[in-house]
Amino acid sequence: MRRQLSTVAAVAAAAALALAGCGSSSSGSGAAATPSGATSAAPSGEINVFAAASLTEAFGTIGKQFEAAHPGTTVTFNFGPSSGLATQITQGAPADVFASASATNMDQVVAAKAADTPTTFVKNVMAIAVPPDNPANVTSINDLAKSSVKVAVCQPQVPCGKVAQQVFDNAGITVKPVTQEVDVKATLSKVELGEVDAGMVYVTDVRAAGDKVKGVPIPADVNASTSYPIATLTASKNPALAQAFVDYVLSPDGAAVLTGAGFQSP
Amino acid sequence: MTSTLPPAPSAARRASARSRRAVEAGNRAPWPLAVPAVIAVAFLLLPLMGLLLRAPWGNLLNVLVQADAAQALRLSLECSILATLASVVLGVPLAWVLARTTFRGQNLLRALVTLPLVLPPVVGGVALLLVLGRRGILGQYLDQWFGITLPFTTAGVVVAETFVAIPFLIITVEGALRSADTGLEEAAATLGSRPFATFRRVTLPLITPSLVAGGVLCWARALGEFGATITFAGNLPGVTQTMPLAVYVALEHDPDAAIALSLVLLAVSVAVLALLRDRWLRSMATH
Amino acid sequence: MDGPTFRGDASEPRSPGPGQPAAGEVGPVSGGIEPGGRPPPAQLDARVAVQRGEFRLEADLHVGPGQVLVVLGPNGAGKSTLLRTLAGLLALTDGRIEAGTDVWDDPAGGIFVPAGERDCGLVFQDYRLFPHLSVRDNVAFPIRARGARRREARHDAQPWLDRLGLDELAGRKPAQLSGGQAQRVALARALASKPRLLLLDEPLAALDAKTRLEVRTDLRRHLTTFDGPSLVVTHDALEALVLADRVLVLEGGRVVQEGPPATVARRPATEYVARLVGLNLYTGSLGDRTTHRIDLDSGGTLYAAGHDPADGAVILPLAGARMLVAVTPTAISLFPQEPDHGSPRNSWSGEITGLELLTDRVRVAVEGYPSAMVDVTPAAVADLDLHPGQQVWLTAKATEVTAYPDPGGTPLVI
Repeated sequence: MRRQLSTVAAVAAAAALALAGCGSSSSGSGAAATPSGATSAAPSGEINVFAAASLTEAFGTIGKQFEAAHPGTTVTFNFGPSSGLATQITQGAPADVFASASATNMDQVVAAKAADTPTTFVKNVMAIAVPPDNPANVTSINDLAKSSVKVAVCQPQVPCGKVAQQVFDNAGITVKPVTQEVDVKATLSKVELGEVDAGMVYVTDVRAAGDKVKGVPIPADVNASTSYPIATLTASKNPALAQAFVDYVLSPDGAAVLTGAGFQSP
Repeated sequence: MTSTLPPAPSAARRASARSRRAVEAGNRAPWPLAVPAVIAVAFLLLPLMGLLLRAPWGNLLNVLVQADAAQALRLSLECSILATLASVVLGVPLAWVLARTTFRGQNLLRALVTLPLVLPPVVGGVALLLVLGRRGILGQYLDQWFGITLPFTTAGVVVAETFVAIPFLIITVEGALRSADTGLEEAAATLGSRPFATFRRVTLPLITPSLVAGGVLCWARALGEFGATITFAGNLPGVTQTMPLAVYVALEHDPDAAIALSLVLLAVSVAVLALLRDRWLRSMATH
Repeated sequence: MDGPTFRGDASEPRSPGPGQPAAGEVGPVSGGIEPGGRPPPAQLDARVAVQRGEFRLEADLHVGPGQVLVVLGPNGAGKSTLLRTLAGLLALTDGRIEAGTDVWDDPAGGIFVPAGERDCGLVFQDYRLFPHLSVRDNVAFPIRARGARRREARHDAQPWLDRLGLDELAGRKPAQLSGGQAQRVALARALASKPRLLLLDEPLAALDAKTRLEVRTDLRRHLTTFDGPSLVVTHDALEALVLADRVLVLEGGRVVQEGPPATVARRPATEYVARLVGLNLYTGSLGDRTTHRIDLDSGGTLYAAGHDPADGAVILPLAGARMLVAVTPTAISLFPQEPDHGSPRNSWSGEITGLELLTDRVRVAVEGYPSAMVDVTPAAVADLDLHPGQQVWLTAKATEVTAYPDPGGTPLVI
């Protein structure tokens, strides 16, 4: 069992290296992988994972799978806006792993010497979420510029807000949202409640919401993406388990979950 | 008859003199009370001092201008004052009904009035959405028939703030009405004053101190409201982003701005409370 | 001079006692109170029956316009209840209240006029001035309540301020007034509502003794000049005797005596009244019609004069008739040992149980057959070394002993 584990870890590490090498966007070079380190002892204990809100469903599944694969371990998640999480980490919040929806926030944490070298593991693009009955009859990104359409976006400081603005710039439209929510899940819930006619969220969020919302795709030429880096944190009380978790995320098993959720490879 | 003089060691005399002075001074607190009191003061003051000490004093104005503090502050003050007025207009009659009439289910009604006090504000916001949101039980008719939607509007902020703050006003005023001297109202009746005129000319003036105290509490609560506002009214600078929301947003990317905004809110609150302090403390003491 | 001075019948001229104003000063002040557009003064007719839990109040009263009826009684007698039913703050269980031609309360007929709509002015025992309003605004309050604007109401309130000497105090708040001043403001305010009936609840109770003296006289003057019926409730006998045209004694929810103050004072129907006016009162039965010997229920006998010393009324009931016997404390003489046989027909012994210092005399309580209160000078107390436990002899001339038929349940109306 342990040897299987270490093999998986080794493969995962290699894959991570490869992925990191292929990735075009900003952060991190190869992960500081110590595959053989995993053979020494089975990881155990608890870790706190701070992750971007858009990773809620995917990481939830990954967490359960990880706990099943490593009995006796507990993974607790704190989902929220990446910027807010970054601030919490730099202020000393007890976290072991950070997965951000944007490189900028990760850089913040790295600059504060709170994170080890990060690895970009997925990419996400935006989509328009509308209530199932599509009350404002939104069919394209340009509809969002109409004053009669109530649009919810994320705050401009959080990744999904920045990316949404990029999309608007790409499409050459000006959108006046009615609200700037704290994170992408809050934006999504406004759509689910039917309080707004459209919300700018990630494709993964549309998929995760199932039939509570309908997705209106954004053409690839105007769409914008954001890359998600993940890193263990220097103040982690359980670095071995933290690393094991990161490795799992980067492994084919982790990748399968993420792709299934709609994330793209970075 | 002989009398034995008690020996009078100087220490004993000194001790009794000291305690006599203490009794005369009337301000010696016994240890079991003094120590927790000091801790309580520290508990209350230290966070405020933390704000003052870590504030970006050198850069304060710049930070505030950049964070558009003026807009958030203006919005906060407008909404909290409107919410207080709404609370007075709706709350005083309800307080009167609770204090001066009896009917079945009155205790249940009183408990309901205090519900927003114990309900987490976010839950209040969700509840407001379910009723007054675009698809809400009442909200859908507001939208369909009148084209009025409350979420994402400044009016929505006022609604959310009123919801969480009105219990303060109702409870204070009800208490005052209960303990008010109904003899004066009786006298007014014998002098030919009709009930509503008596309310305006006799009852209201009598409970004015409590009304003011309740109003201040209500205003303070409305000013600080966050959860219900952000859930029901959303977050948009200039429209629904009150100071607490602005602080929360700023905290994520610009802690200095968050501290600066917090300081402004603190200063405004302290100024208002100091202005009304005397009347407030006096009426809190008598009711 | 024994006992308080008081007014007799309304037609009798007042006999001024020490400290009382001369007869010429009594009378309407500055032309009296004009009705000013409201219905002519009416009389009050009330048949009151109120049940409050275990307590039942039953009283019939009639007060003519300009008359002052004082309801006298101990605490718990039902005086306040009576007042509140007349004012409209309490509903009758049974009976009827009429002011002139207006029916104010008639349970059988389903009529109840609430307090605000009765033209009834009530001066409360605690005055109940509005603390947030000045004296002027307090007095103007009922005028405003009728719809007048503030300035108009203040203007109309001025005559009342003048009449009651409140002009200087007009700008003050109630908290800055003395007891006597506050009472005048309360009266002015009640009068300003142009009532048809004036009710006063223990008007002097909240004042200290000295102020009470001054205010009592003024109050009598104001009540006299009020042209409607007035009803004053009090537990103070002196107040009743000074203010009243007629007195109604209420005890335990029932009327036990009604009449002019003089008669109530001289021939009290109950022990309570007797105690109030400072009389020794006994119940008994007429033993001998010739000698006017009355056998007292509590033991002993007293010989009375054949007629009332004050008014000469002849009393000739049948032997065995129930009688009340009254002797003033000043009419009894006290001896340390049995006196020689002399003219006083009444002579008995007893034991001193207490000594009470009054303003200018000492009241000695003596227990015997019968027990009695005896007034002596302080010098006598010292001279005879009177002390509790001492055996003494009492004598009283038959001419000082008043005997009259016991009303025995029906109110004594004379």
